[in-house]
Amino acid sequence: MKVLIAELRASIVLTLLLAAVCCGIYPLIVWGIAQGVFPGRANGSLVEVDGKVAGSSLLAQRFTGPKYFHPRPSAAGQGYDAADSGGTNLGPTSKKLIGTVRERVAAYRAENGLLPDARVPADAVTSSASGLDPDISVGNALLQAARVATARGIPKEAVLKRVRAHTEGRDLGVLGEPRVNVLLLNLDLDGKM
Amino acid sequence: MDIYGWVQLAIFLGLLLLATRPMGLYLFRVLDPEGKTFLDPVLKPVERIFYRLMGVDPAVEHDWKRYAVSLLAFSLVGTLFTYAILRLQHLLPLNPQHLGPLSGDLAFNTSISFITNTNWQNYGGESTMSYLSQMAALALHNFTSAASGIAVAAVLVRGIAWHTAKTVGNFLVDLVRTTLYLLLPLSLVYAVFLVSQGTIQNFRPYVTAQTVEPAAAPQTIVQGPMASQVAIKMLGTNGGGYTNANAAHPYENPTPLSNFVQIFSIFLIPGGLTFYLGRMVKNRKHGWSIWGAMAALFLAGVLLCWWAEAAGNPRLHALGVASASGNMEGKEVRFGIFDSALFATVTTDASCGAVNTMHDSMTPLGGLVPLVNLHLGEVVFGGVGAGLYGMLVFVILTVFLAGLMVGRTPEYLGKKIESYDVKVSALAVLLLILDIMGFTAWAVVSKWGLAGLNNAGPHGFSEILYAFSSATANNGSAFAGLSGDTPWYDTTLAVSMMIGRFFFIMPVLALAGNMAKKKILPESGGSFPVAGPVFAILLVGTILIVGLLSFFPALAVGPIVEHYLMIRSNAVF
Amino acid sequence: MAAKAHSLFEAAILRQAVVASFAKLHPRSLMKNPVMFVTGVGALLTSVGLFFRPEGEPLGFGLQVAVWLWFTVLFANFAEAMAEGRGKAQADALRKTRTRTMANLLTKDGSLEKVLAEKLRKEDIVMVIAGETIPGDGEVIEGVASVDESAITGESAPVIREAGGDRSAVTGGTRVLSDRIKVRITANPGESFLDRMILLVEGASRQKTPNEIALTILLSALTIIFLVVVMTLKFFGIYSGVPFSVTVLVALLVCLIPTTIGGLLSAIGIAGIDRLVQKNVLAMSGRAVEAAGDVNVLLLDKTGTITLGDRQAAEFLPARGVTVEELAGSAQLASLADETPEGRSIVVLAKRHGLRGRNLAEMPQARFIAFSAQTRMSGVDADGRHIRKGAADAVRNFVGGQFPADVEDAVTRISFQGGTPLVVAEGRRVLGAIYLKDIVKGGLSDRFERFRAMGIRTVMITGDNPLTAAAIAREAGVDDFLAEATPTDKLALIRKEQAAGYLVAMTGDGTNDAPALAQADVGVAMNTGTQAAKEAGNMVDLDSNPTKLIEIVEIGKQMLMTRGALTTFSIANDVAKYFAILPALLIGAFPVIGPLNIMRLASPQSAILSAVIFNAVIIIALIPLALRGVRFRPLGAGALLLRNLLVYGLGGLLLPFPGIKLIDIAVNAFHLV
Repeated sequence: MKVLIAELRASIVLTLLLAAVCCGIYPLIVWGIAQGVFPGRANGSLVEVDGKVAGSSLLAQRFTGPKYFHPRPSAAGQGYDAADSGGTNLGPTSKKLIGTVRERVAAYRAENGLLPDARVPADAVTSSASGLDPDISVGNALLQAARVATARGIPKEAVLKRVRAHTEGRDLGVLGEPRVNVLLLNLDLDGKM
Repeated sequence: MDIYGWVQLAIFLGLLLLATRPMGLYLFRVLDPEGKTFLDPVLKPVERIFYRLMGVDPAVEHDWKRYAVSLLAFSLVGTLFTYAILRLQHLLPLNPQHLGPLSGDLAFNTSISFITNTNWQNYGGESTMSYLSQMAALALHNFTSAASGIAVAAVLVRGIAWHTAKTVGNFLVDLVRTTLYLLLPLSLVYAVFLVSQGTIQNFRPYVTAQTVEPAAAPQTIVQGPMASQVAIKMLGTNGGGYTNANAAHPYENPTPLSNFVQIFSIFLIPGGLTFYLGRMVKNRKHGWSIWGAMAALFLAGVLLCWWAEAAGNPRLHALGVASASGNMEGKEVRFGIFDSALFATVTTDASCGAVNTMHDSMTPLGGLVPLVNLHLGEVVFGGVGAGLYGMLVFVILTVFLAGLMVGRTPEYLGKKIESYDVKVSALAVLLLILDIMGFTAWAVVSKWGLAGLNNAGPHGFSEILYAFSSATANNGSAFAGLSGDTPWYDTTLAVSMMIGRFFFIMPVLALAGNMAKKKILPESGGSFPVAGPVFAILLVGTILIVGLLSFFPALAVGPIVEHYLMIRSNAVF
Repeated sequence: MAAKAHSLFEAAILRQAVVASFAKLHPRSLMKNPVMFVTGVGALLTSVGLFFRPEGEPLGFGLQVAVWLWFTVLFANFAEAMAEGRGKAQADALRKTRTRTMANLLTKDGSLEKVLAEKLRKEDIVMVIAGETIPGDGEVIEGVASVDESAITGESAPVIREAGGDRSAVTGGTRVLSDRIKVRITANPGESFLDRMILLVEGASRQKTPNEIALTILLSALTIIFLVVVMTLKFFGIYSGVPFSVTVLVALLVCLIPTTIGGLLSAIGIAGIDRLVQKNVLAMSGRAVEAAGDVNVLLLDKTGTITLGDRQAAEFLPARGVTVEELAGSAQLASLADETPEGRSIVVLAKRHGLRGRNLAEMPQARFIAFSAQTRMSGVDADGRHIRKGAADAVRNFVGGQFPADVEDAVTRISFQGGTPLVVAEGRRVLGAIYLKDIVKGGLSDRFERFRAMGIRTVMITGDNPLTAAAIAREAGVDDFLAEATPTDKLALIRKEQAAGYLVAMTGDGTNDAPALAQADVGVAMNTGTQAAKEAGNMVDLDSNPTKLIEIVEIGKQMLMTRGALTTFSIANDVAKYFAILPALLIGAFPVIGPLNIMRLASPQSAILSAVIFNAVIIIALIPLALRGVRFRPLGAGALLLRNLLVYGLGGLLLPFPGIKLIDIAVNAFHLV
């Protein structure tokens, strides 16, 4: 019993001490360095348009109009909810998944004027893990370029040039996948960058 | 399965190989109460203050029972501490979103979840937890549960390395040293790196963005002290995400580089622990053999998972989806197939449980890999500490099973494996299996269990099986379609996590205590060889046979049937 | 009985074993073996389940599964009964020697009283006269007798038993051939060696050894795990809409739990002791046999174990001015009447120097002087010559205190090389020295080499001086030696090795060996030894052959290896059984899983039945292996592990696939389901 009380006492003291160090001093040091050295990134890589926060370059937001590149489908909250991230969690034999993808494939072909048997990029019709995936695949972007060009009344070549400019290669040449950031690309097309 | 994947895999294993020795040597110093480290000038005074305030004499060592009492007492205090904060977060500071208190069930589940190093999340981080809760209630345990795991591993290693010893160490000393000298400094550097990649670290309220397309509604963007927490969640193989989407969230894991470092950081300490073992028992080859066995199991898992995900979902391909990019449902474009498969494999090889892809949406065989990893007890490098002590239990069982074949009473590093050792080792394994299978069986036939399902059919079964496997294995990842925040799941999963953690640690400590008492027989040509390829293959074989044989029927009813349904039928659920 | 090995399947033993397998179905008997108990319960369940069959499950299928499950239990019982039966056969032979022996009990008033041998108690004193059987284990306290111990040892030559010294122990059941002795009985009825041996080989007093207990725990844990697996599968079936019947679930369970090793475990243990008995070694417990396998250090007595008991003349070293022939001739003359092995070997050596054999009849006047402890010389006086041969210092006295320098050198050199010098003199003239050599037994150094590979160190114990000891040690190839050893040194050495963590085995026979025998982990007492020595050790070698220690170690190792090999085999088997049964269980509800049926078994029912049959038959198939033991190979642990893993691990993984497939073909060929 005496042992137990001693242990409990020591445990309580240790919990408080560690709380102070690990949950107080440590995050504050990180915060200090972060705000000092990388203030933009530490505060969310926010993108401002006309002095107002228009979103984050790291987070997808909803684009539905034809003149914009469309991000991947989102299951975050009611869609693109940056305070409620998440995926669909539908399994590969889910009736709902297969049904939804069937509709999206049809819609994607229709929007972008593709042939009825055209292959559709997987990322264009499947929901991302976070629901906030800021990127689309290069293939997906190229397929959308014609539609955006038409809607904006500019040559497709001009759009493709912007796409290429916003195509990010693999990190260090090998890590991850090449990708196109949708928000930055759209802002660029709007001339707001 | 493109060349970039193979190159990344090679780099990953190569870096792990390089990091193992220095990490192991550093652990050797940290886990020795008298060990010297380069951080002594800064941290030694802090360490002394800790002991003074706690009233602990760092020179005093205890037997395994007292060690267990310390661990349990500390865990109890931590659980109550977290429970209190979660229930009272609306009254506490650092809550700019004015989030309300958690329900009793959820707070209980979450406290247990973090104290057991599981970090199962029945809540969505950004929509439930205040900054204080994130930092004090949750991140605190990211440190302490990781340190406890390392401490227990150290005790078992000491039990094996020491001879005719009555004591195994001092829990509070091990805990303090591991936290101060190992976890804190590494996390600090790591967190700053993450910020450089785009992970946020601030205390501002959530930001409202007026989105670019006028028709779209304004977007509320999560903020908070994220980087400091993500660093330790990966390093300590905790895995509890700041956000619901965890490491798939672009803030938590902004770039392929941050992703690669995060995956690597999961294996960093567990890899080093194998070297620590070899160093302690003065048989480095043994440490490396275990490393090799782990690496083999890791490779088998990652290759199967990668192959299955790259092959994609034929049902979607039939609808006109391009098959070249694989199964992208529940994945992020910047990571693609390989980085997602690698993450899923590594996070379940270890008891991390962070995810950068939604396991629920993986192909049946791709999802089988994480599930099997959990069933093997997460011994492939494994959770910090937990992986090593789990692996050592398997080693003891392997040595016992095969040891007789060399015509001697089974001997592990000069210590005879006797019925007591077999008893506690078998008990530990048995309890885990009972825990997973028992709760799963209950869930699949009860209305409470079935109520939480997001998918029907074999996939629904996998969701439940995964939940209890993850809870028992203290992983925390999920087939996240299952809505676990019901009183029934909150409670059963919490019990499952407690069994998986403490009902495993207790036999392990008993084993350590018993091993420590034994004499060491000098090695001879007749000693059972625990170094070299034959031993590594034998170990892998035992793990696969013991692990898979127990779960094969369950896997058959879940992912294996689902796989054949997916490729050979049109059935949907 | 001794040394008679019973062929594996002797008709009488088979018959008894079959009967015993049914007797062993008693729950109390089954309870001792958790794996078989679960199998038995499973068999019972399926039998009862026959009356509650689910729709669509034919009676024939359920019945056959039930029958084969019962067979599984019976086969395991049979294995144990076989092992016990073989032991009993040995025991019965022993027992015959002691039925209705009468004893002459010496009563307090000094008169003799005829009593039944089994009435004798410890400390009773009996008189045994030529032609009588010794009624119990005891010690000769008066008299000398030659005793026929062939009943115990199989050795037909009689041995001398006399009061005092190290040859005083007699064993019940042996027969006195000449003279009469007074024997103090040292064991109560039922406690004598024979009794203990009978109990042990019959398996009645067999206690589980430490390894066996640990293994049983592991097997029980596996059994519980698979119970959980199969019971929860029922619930998973409910979720998936597959109603698994009791029959198929029990079939799966029995195939998964380690029935093979569970069924053979006790047979392996009994067979190990039995194999020792066949080598004429009585182990006092199974534990001792197991310890023999673990031994790290063997203490071997030089004389009798490493060297032949007798030295032999190896070389004549003549003094200056003496020819070899002259020396050989004199030595031969001096040894003609010397019937000791040394003497004979001198005659033999002389013959090799071209001297014709002479015999005593040629020299009627010769007076032969026999060796005596006082003179320590022997020799001959004939034709006026006084030839003597003997220990160097004795001959030195005989010749007047001085050897020529070269003879002195030769004597020293022989000593250095581990030999014994004999000096030959005629009158005062020293002719030269004879090199008597310890002859190291053939093949030992190979054997020690193999022991080294297995991690066993051999230490030679000898009373010789360190120089001699070192020379012999080198020649024999032992790792170490203890020279000028006293019993106390021996005990100290054992303690030292044990403190370093080693297990030590030794042989001994004298009373002064008793403490060391008791201290050693494996102490093998010679049957010719004293009662005290036999009590102290945990094994008795009836042949009194110290070399046997090596075989004892091999038998111990072999027993452990057999256990490990069959355990590995048993568990590895499960993989194939899963691939037979699981697809069969699920294919009804999920026809898509067809490809999982990799053995292409004909139907779900034949698949399940085939797996169950395989599981039962493999027990029978492995009984010979369990009884004989896996082949012992003196290899290092690494090589042994690899080898056994390939044979029993990989073999266990692969063999059941063709096995089950063949049974499946047969089952379908005979339309059994």
